[in-house]
Amino acid sequence: MVDPMTKYSGFSLFKHALKHHEDWQKTWRSPRPKKSYDVIIVGGGGHGLATAYYLAKEHGITNVAVLEKGYLGGGNTARNTTIVRSNYLWDESSKLYDHALDLWYGLSQELNYNVMFSSRGVLNLGHNLQDMRDIERRVNANRLNGIDAAVLNTQEVKEIVPIINDSADIRYPILGASWQKTGGVARHDAVAWGFARGADQLGVDLIQQCEVTDIVVEQGAVTGVQTNQGFIGAKKVGCVTAGNSGVVAAMADIRLPVESHPLQALVSEPIKPIIDTVVMSNAVHAYVSQSDKGDLVIGAGIDAYNGYGQRGSMHIIEHTLSAICELFPMFSRVRMNRTWGGIVDTCPDACPIISKTSVNGLYFNCGWGTGGFKATPGSGHVFAHTVAHDDPHPLAAPFSIDRFNTGHLIDEHGAAGVAH
Amino acid sequence: MLHIYCPYCEEMREEEEFSYSGEAHIVRPKDPKSLTDDEWGDYLFFRTNPRGLHHEMWHHSAGCRRYFNVTRDTSTYRIYETYKIGEKPIVTGEKS
Repeated sequence: MVDPMTKYSGFSLFKHALKHHEDWQKTWRSPRPKKSYDVIIVGGGGHGLATAYYLAKEHGITNVAVLEKGYLGGGNTARNTTIVRSNYLWDESSKLYDHALDLWYGLSQELNYNVMFSSRGVLNLGHNLQDMRDIERRVNANRLNGIDAAVLNTQEVKEIVPIINDSADIRYPILGASWQKTGGVARHDAVAWGFARGADQLGVDLIQQCEVTDIVVEQGAVTGVQTNQGFIGAKKVGCVTAGNSGVVAAMADIRLPVESHPLQALVSEPIKPIIDTVVMSNAVHAYVSQSDKGDLVIGAGIDAYNGYGQRGSMHIIEHTLSAICELFPMFSRVRMNRTWGGIVDTCPDACPIISKTSVNGLYFNCGWGTGGFKATPGSGHVFAHTVAHDDPHPLAAPFSIDRFNTGHLIDEHGAAGVAH
Repeated sequence: MLHIYCPYCEEMREEEEFSYSGEAHIVRPKDPKSLTDDEWGDYLFFRTNPRGLHHEMWHHSAGCRRYFNVTRDTSTYRIYETYKIGEKPIVTGEKS
């Protein structure tokens, strides 16, 4: 059985300090898989763990396993640039992402785990007249949907980010920006760990090093999964496997409208605090923020080709850094520490798929592409509802896989932040 | 950075000269009006997206500006062959 959770607090920190921090409770158990579960979640990243947490917390379904082929939060959860915002254009997506943003605001308290959410604001720069028209349109749409948004001019951008290059003589001058003050960044690992700890406490089995090799379907309904630890039965299976979604879907003979691409990011050496917000530019294709550790966290665009290799081509990084150096000339001598790639599952309309499938009891939550991190709590919340009730959450309903056949696409390429 | 052999220029060139154009051998339906919504959606949006061998179309956009096909492994990124439009791939992953 699950031992009652040690509540993290200033007092518990003090108490454990007296014992040299040597007897902290393990953050989660590592149980052997049972023979069967009510629900199996495939994929132990942020979205999958959040799904398991909300299944147990809000729907009382605790006979749940999360199967993860590597370690928890070791995929895209560990590879993103941690930006949180909700300034999407269309009603469907802005409601979904704003639902997530609402959850971000209480998440550390909800989970009793510091996810280090910092609402430091997000700027999306515009560099030409068309950019600015698009920004005006998006900000107006956001405000109609009750999302905090504003259009800034060059001087206002300069006031928020004094180190930015506001010269009119650069190749892509800054004409203004959209500004979501309630957006920001969070600690990516902590989000996964917080949801994992919360789910574990509610009785969810988190099983690592457990790779699903087949989804077993009998008479049109899912009965369980084959794994490298043997067969595990399940009444319902929810797949939350990001870049590998197509591979997992193929196990159940389902085709998805997603393509997997490498998306690269990099961090610099740690430097003193220099930028206290998030700056994104879709047009010159770069985004940057500074972590609490001091490194600049920089994101690039996707590599155009399909790839599962968790790495991309160098010229993509070069392109991003040249844009960063133009926007922030003072960064030109900062050395970069590490670069890596994550595999993002991009949809043709840059929106996710949160959906039932043609197989009874099989659900997919995928297609988040380049921008899934910001949605982590909201994604898990609406997907848990979808799985628990076998009926999409009202916010998830527009993101059914059927939209690619009905034609009701939700084109978010403009707001997705990363050009495709 | 990939090095890609353009079958028209007959030269090995760097990836930056090329642009990627997605899965190869997708044929536009001859009579789109006769298709159901499911078939049309499938043609437009659904792709095989394999982890492994992938036949894909590339465009030599800063070179001869012609389209050709590439057989590439999407997990190792190794390119097995490039071939002209209209030709069939030799490497298919199926045992002969």
